[in-house]
Amino acid sequence: MQPVTHIHSRTAVLIDENIDTDRIIPARFLTTTTREGLGKLCFHDWRYQADGSDNPAFPLNRPQARGCSILVAGRNFGCGSSREHAPWALLDYGIRAVLCSEIADIFRGNALKNGLLAIGIDELEHRWLLKHPGTELSIDVREQYIALPDGGRIPFALEPFARHCLLNGVDQLGYLLQHTDAITHYERQEQAA
Amino acid sequence: MTSRTLFEKVWDAHVVAAETADTPAVIYVDLHLVHEVTSPQAFSELRERGLKLRRPDRMLATLDHSTPTLPTNADGSRPYANAEAQAQVTQLETNCREFGVELHGWDSADRGIVHVIGPELGATQPGMTIVCGDSHTSTHGAFGALAFGIGTTEVGHVMATQCLLQRKPKTMAIHVDGQLPPGVGAKDLILHIIGTIGVDGGTGYVLEYRGAAIEALTMDERMTVCNMSIEAGARAGLIAPDETTFEWLKGRPRVPQGSAWDAAVATWRALRSDAGAHYDREVRIDASTVKPTVTYGTHPGMAIAMDAPVPAATNAQERRALDYMQSKPGQPMQGTPVDVVFVGSCTNSRLSDLREAARVLHGRHIASGVRMLVVPGSEAVRRDAEREGLHHVFTAAGAEWRVPGCSMCIAMNGDLAQPGQLVVSTSNRNFEGRQGKGARTVLASPATAAASAIAGRIADPREYLVEAA
Repeated sequence: MQPVTHIHSRTAVLIDENIDTDRIIPARFLTTTTREGLGKLCFHDWRYQADGSDNPAFPLNRPQARGCSILVAGRNFGCGSSREHAPWALLDYGIRAVLCSEIADIFRGNALKNGLLAIGIDELEHRWLLKHPGTELSIDVREQYIALPDGGRIPFALEPFARHCLLNGVDQLGYLLQHTDAITHYERQEQAA
Repeated sequence: MTSRTLFEKVWDAHVVAAETADTPAVIYVDLHLVHEVTSPQAFSELRERGLKLRRPDRMLATLDHSTPTLPTNADGSRPYANAEAQAQVTQLETNCREFGVELHGWDSADRGIVHVIGPELGATQPGMTIVCGDSHTSTHGAFGALAFGIGTTEVGHVMATQCLLQRKPKTMAIHVDGQLPPGVGAKDLILHIIGTIGVDGGTGYVLEYRGAAIEALTMDERMTVCNMSIEAGARAGLIAPDETTFEWLKGRPRVPQGSAWDAAVATWRALRSDAGAHYDREVRIDASTVKPTVTYGTHPGMAIAMDAPVPAATNAQERRALDYMQSKPGQPMQGTPVDVVFVGSCTNSRLSDLREAARVLHGRHIASGVRMLVVPGSEAVRRDAEREGLHHVFTAAGAEWRVPGCSMCIAMNGDLAQPGQLVVSTSNRNFEGRQGKGARTVLASPATAAASAIAGRIADPREYLVEAA
């Protein structure tokens, strides 16, 4: 994983609450056996019309949302299935951060492990950001704040280990493998019990 | 020693390295369930890094999501939805062969939905930690196991180390007092619970279902309840193991036998929350007030008694959901015309679910214009159902009797509804497009699904059960 330290972008907004993983990537596209190339399927049934053309009603299709890598979404984003295809699709689509007052558990874990910054922010600030798409934001992962254009700052919580991994591009499997002796010890004790 | 909850007892027994302010705990995994959709990228990762499976003996794989539920073609080929679905299945077969994983594939007499066959084989046991790249892994919590869904990166972690990095979640007790009324079942109860605490009410928590109404449930019913914990945002939901649990597990292929069985049961009996154990949150539900319950919107938290008026939308989000569903505020869901009925999924595809549907359907026929699919959860369920003649009840009623798989719950195998069609479904998710682009899903119990198929409208199963009695 590449280190993630700063993200700077205008925001795109999806105001809906409870945007589930089926809306992020419909299940019929999960027959893939790789992680790549899922961006074109991201939000598929919302984003395209029946004839395959862009749906003008989909907020991310609006010209001002193009190229935005920070997504502000309604609460409980990513609820539903454990499919990691959801963060893979978002990243491939060009999203680098998702801001939300509450993010579904499994999605958040999957996102952070892939370098997609899924962070929870306070409701008041969340409401403001939902109402102001196109806001220029700068996210500082090390200092854990989001800088607003007027100089204001929105602090955010981030689990310390996830933060460490993002900042240093740490491979969590490599970290787990360092515990091999402890795992072997656990298995021996378990066998003896 | 301080009082501990059931969850804490299971958690504590699996800590390989304790959590600190800076690092999560390293938690040992007893059983890793695998299916074709969320594993291929993890196997590839292992291959690229030259890693082996640490404990292939603690893995169990099956084919369920992308698999067709129609029988083989005349030439012996299988009617896959597309070439990719077939390639994905072939990939898991190859991966399991190469890495030495026990696969319950097409040739196995035990193949089925991963959350149905784990318990059937006795692989699921009280006190275990169980994971799978599938959010409905919470099902196994019915046995007092800590079971939860993980992403594919974590599937790779478990493959290589048999461990996961986890922060300890909070605990929530859901006390269900009293008794469920006749004709009201576990599915009605869990929809009622999710409707009460909300679609994100369980986020960050492990749920423990307890109380008289929970203790009275059969194992199949407990699995239905725990299965849908994730629909309230909770990764796991547990029920303390008791005599019902032990009786159900005894003699299954993978459980200990003889004196080892007695020793195991003695250990499992201790897996109850201690008196005075602290929960971070507690919720009380009165089982006697639960009615046949269905969903009216586009997430499982939008659930009400089928005879209750659909609530008016309070925001744009809810308006969109009601528009999509064509649900009318102020009117009950009961009586809504139905196009498709699906009985199946890891929520409701066990033998008792099929019996429940068959009891309503017996001697009756589904309404003209309604399509009904009945998909058993496993080959074992299929065999048992056919032995009892349930398949004849279904086919005589005009329903399709299929081969085991996830089928129309996730609709990635070709079993799906058309745009605009209303599906009464015993599955777990009513998200937009979940059962086919533009399809509208109403979640319900097997009895409600069967009654609705007969009536051609969402119907109260109690009317049919009275007649049948």
